[in-house]
Amino acid sequence: MSALNVETGPAHAAILGVGAYRPSRLVPNADVVDAIDSSDEWIQQRSGIRTRRFADESETVISMAVGASRGAVESAGIDMRQIDCVIVATVSHLLQTPSAATAIAHELGTDQAAAFDISAACAGFCHGVALANDMVRGGSARYALVIGVEKLSDITDPTDRGTAFIFADGAGAVVIGPSETPGIGPVVWGSDGEHYDHIRTPDLSDLVASDQPHMPYLSMKGSEVFRWASFAMAKVAQQALDRAGITVDQLNCFVPHQANNRITDTMARAMKLPPTVRIARDIIDAGNTSAASVPMALHRMIEEGDARSGDTALLIAFGAGLSYAAQVVVVP
Amino acid sequence: MSTEEIRAALADIVNEVAGIPADDVQLDKSFSDDLDVDSLSMVEVVVEAEEKFGVTIPDDEVKNLKTVGDAVAFIERNRAA
Repeated sequence: MSALNVETGPAHAAILGVGAYRPSRLVPNADVVDAIDSSDEWIQQRSGIRTRRFADESETVISMAVGASRGAVESAGIDMRQIDCVIVATVSHLLQTPSAATAIAHELGTDQAAAFDISAACAGFCHGVALANDMVRGGSARYALVIGVEKLSDITDPTDRGTAFIFADGAGAVVIGPSETPGIGPVVWGSDGEHYDHIRTPDLSDLVASDQPHMPYLSMKGSEVFRWASFAMAKVAQQALDRAGITVDQLNCFVPHQANNRITDTMARAMKLPPTVRIARDIIDAGNTSAASVPMALHRMIEEGDARSGDTALLIAFGAGLSYAAQVVVVP
Repeated sequence: MSTEEIRAALADIVNEVAGIPADDVQLDKSFSDDLDVDSLSMVEVVVEAEEKFGVTIPDDEVKNLKTVGDAVAFIERNRAA
């Protein structure tokens, strides 16, 4: 029996560039309150959200992902044709098949990159970072593009008081490639399928059979999710720090999934983050963009000088499944 | 712990989470109607109370804890002797 050749990659991988796409329609709380009999004050108090952005008719999951990806590749300083893997995290690409990733890779002009979507809901982006890190280090990709993109306005019921004011649209992307020094710490990830129904869309076959067909709206058990996200996820975030060998005093940036500002507050308190840690608050005017929220928030912190090259940043994302993933990264 | 000790300790938690004066947190008060503790703050109170009193308060039980008295009674019933 002949032995097979195997490949290995470089010892270390890192995020080399970050990009974001923010859709054109600015939607203040005033525009969503009537349908849910609510108020600007109530929404801000419950979530921290003041405005969010919705895609217009010309902005699609594909086009927003392409916009964010171009920014990420440009900031990484590489050529698009060097991208040999495209990983897309999304819940709002409304085709069962094919994936969004192949269309995005084609639109970007990559040289026939491997391309696939992953289904890990709001946690998808951090799952993608873990995959890309291992792929680069394992030699199966040289430069991987990891994209989080959502057009949740398509699948949000504007009359649902539990979700209508929360969800929004946008895209964020990073390039992950070889590095001289460690740039992505060990992933802490997992799932809790006991709570499969806490955040979900309906069964499509039920929708098709319904007298009143509608889009597959997301539903969420708010209080239950809040408890899990705020407290169980603070422990996961702490484990990601421990695995990377970073103390809270050495941490520069905390970039949690922008689910709800109150979840972020409670997590930060539970983790006893010192005031020196800069915390992502993109949700205030971006809403909750599910898989897109972590790269969008990281991009904003870089743009505004809150995350500087060489800083350590703790990423954590969590959501439907329930599923979660966290890792410490070095800001490019 | 006596009923009053549990109430007082719970009042401290409500004060810490929601900024409500501890003296206002009396047995007959409704968390949502009288004390203005919203459902998310209530979750924080419940988690802190679990830790403080060594009890488990399941998600399904939280909605039954309408008044401070309901919560104190639940804690008294479920607390390890």
